[in-house]
Amino acid sequence: MRRNVLPGLRLSLGVTLLYAGLIVVLPLAALVFKAASLGPEDYWRIVSSTRALASYRVTVLCALGATIFNLFFGLALAWVLTRYRFPGWRIVDAMVDLPFALPTAVAGISLTALFTTNGWFGSILADLGIKVAYTPLGIMIAMCFTSLPFIVRTVQPVLEDLDPALEEAAQSLGGSDWTIFRKVILPLLTPALLAGVSLSFARSLGEFGAIIFIAGNQPMSTEITALLVFIRLEEYDYQAAAAVASVLLVTAFVMLALTNWMQSRALRYTVRN
Amino acid sequence: MSATPKRRKPPRVGDGPLFRRLLIGIVLVIGAILILAPLLIIGVEAFSKGWAVYRDTIIHPDTLHAIGLTVFAALVAVPVNTAFGVAAAWSITKFDFRGRRLLLVVIEIPFSVSPIVAGVAYLFVYGLQGIFGPTLDEYGIKILFAIPGIILASMFVTAPFVARELIPLMQAQGRDLEEAATSLGASGWRTFFSVTLPNIKWALLYGVVLCNARVMGEFGAVSIVSGNIRGQTNTLPLHIELLYHDYQAAGAFAASSILALIAVFTIIAKVALERQGAGRVRSSATRPALVANPAEKTS
Repeated sequence: MRRNVLPGLRLSLGVTLLYAGLIVVLPLAALVFKAASLGPEDYWRIVSSTRALASYRVTVLCALGATIFNLFFGLALAWVLTRYRFPGWRIVDAMVDLPFALPTAVAGISLTALFTTNGWFGSILADLGIKVAYTPLGIMIAMCFTSLPFIVRTVQPVLEDLDPALEEAAQSLGGSDWTIFRKVILPLLTPALLAGVSLSFARSLGEFGAIIFIAGNQPMSTEITALLVFIRLEEYDYQAAAAVASVLLVTAFVMLALTNWMQSRALRYTVRN
Repeated sequence: MSATPKRRKPPRVGDGPLFRRLLIGIVLVIGAILILAPLLIIGVEAFSKGWAVYRDTIIHPDTLHAIGLTVFAALVAVPVNTAFGVAAAWSITKFDFRGRRLLLVVIEIPFSVSPIVAGVAYLFVYGLQGIFGPTLDEYGIKILFAIPGIILASMFVTAPFVARELIPLMQAQGRDLEEAATSLGASGWRTFFSVTLPNIKWALLYGVVLCNARVMGEFGAVSIVSGNIRGQTNTLPLHIELLYHDYQAAGAFAASSILALIAVFTIIAKVALERQGAGRVRSSATRPALVANPAEKTS
């Protein structure tokens, strides 16, 4: 290795470690410490209580539903934005980032207003007998909104870099569009899609602001895990809050590891040379 | 986005006119329902009770205080986070040391942790049940349910924003220019300000814009550490919730319209900065710096 002549290692690394330690590591360690101080039996009793289990179920199922929807819609959106040019495509492309830029609480009350039984969409759906606001369907819509950009923005660059020669070769061999999509394009997109899916799913599991307004928040049916943590805090049951929060934290770490693994796989297909 | 070449090419997969129109149609309809409508309804609901109610909500002392607090939190959290992001990017990209990858993961953590978990975690550091809480209480220092707590929680959720924009870019740019400047006798600060900064300014600004949007809009983490004291520790997103649960929907949407406007400006700034080349090394805000790879376009 060459000797490094650049200055500033001590200062920059010192600042980085101090900040990351104080702002990121210390609080999370405190949470783990608090949860661990419960002892295995109490901990288990809290995290496996029927109300907690019901909240995991709602959270995971809705996040799954939202992610599956976003997988198809996000792929279609990325496809349309990279392959087709139509008036206003730039605006559509920019609008994809709105869920990242719009505060979650604002998204929450807007989606609720749209999907309550007298809202723009809620009234139409109510006539069809579908209730969205204050049901798991509402939770799913809030999750779809907040996590949509993840899939679009991970798939888009891969689609842009797709070599047209691959498609041309497949076409010259007489493949139909659907066959080529399935056998040539989709396999190339899969790593990016999986990375986007895991990001989208992780975000949905932890989402709070956008969901609590539309969810109805009924224990056992429309109460997400993040809300249960919040409720335990309001009841001054700090240990229970710590225990349930630690479940969310562990899930986040698992998802982080999974995402990184998938992204390093996805990257192999996006290196552009 | 690559421009379509002028030469007529054979139609690519999915270029059939019927399929193409159908797919664009479906995507636009769902997009309008899921993304455009939530933005539009903010304006519609905000003015549903007329201009007077809108104005009264905005100039109400509680709203003005919430706006002030939100701006203040951003004015503190964003510069501090920017300094951290630059320091982290400098140390990670300009030097080789053991544990670099681990440090990258640590910086990324706030992205995957639920804001609620972040809020609870801060409670167990500075709250009365926490590590430092009792000691701080003895000295009469209030962090939780006060402004410092709001700022700290905002810093946690946005810690990766600037660093993740800079790291892949600085990785791709390498160390040659800085090494040349240093060997010619420039000081470290001079090297940074005259050599590195001009090369990263757009990406830096890009990270700052995204960081700012998130600080101003943060809800979950802040709602736990703020204590929701009206006119004291209510940020704008918390004030929106308060109005909403007070059955003042028009007021809540009026307050929301300010944040929606900031979101729209954020997107416009993002697009403008992307034209300057920001966010291109890793063309989205979603791929973490962790897998940064100098993937420069050679062809």
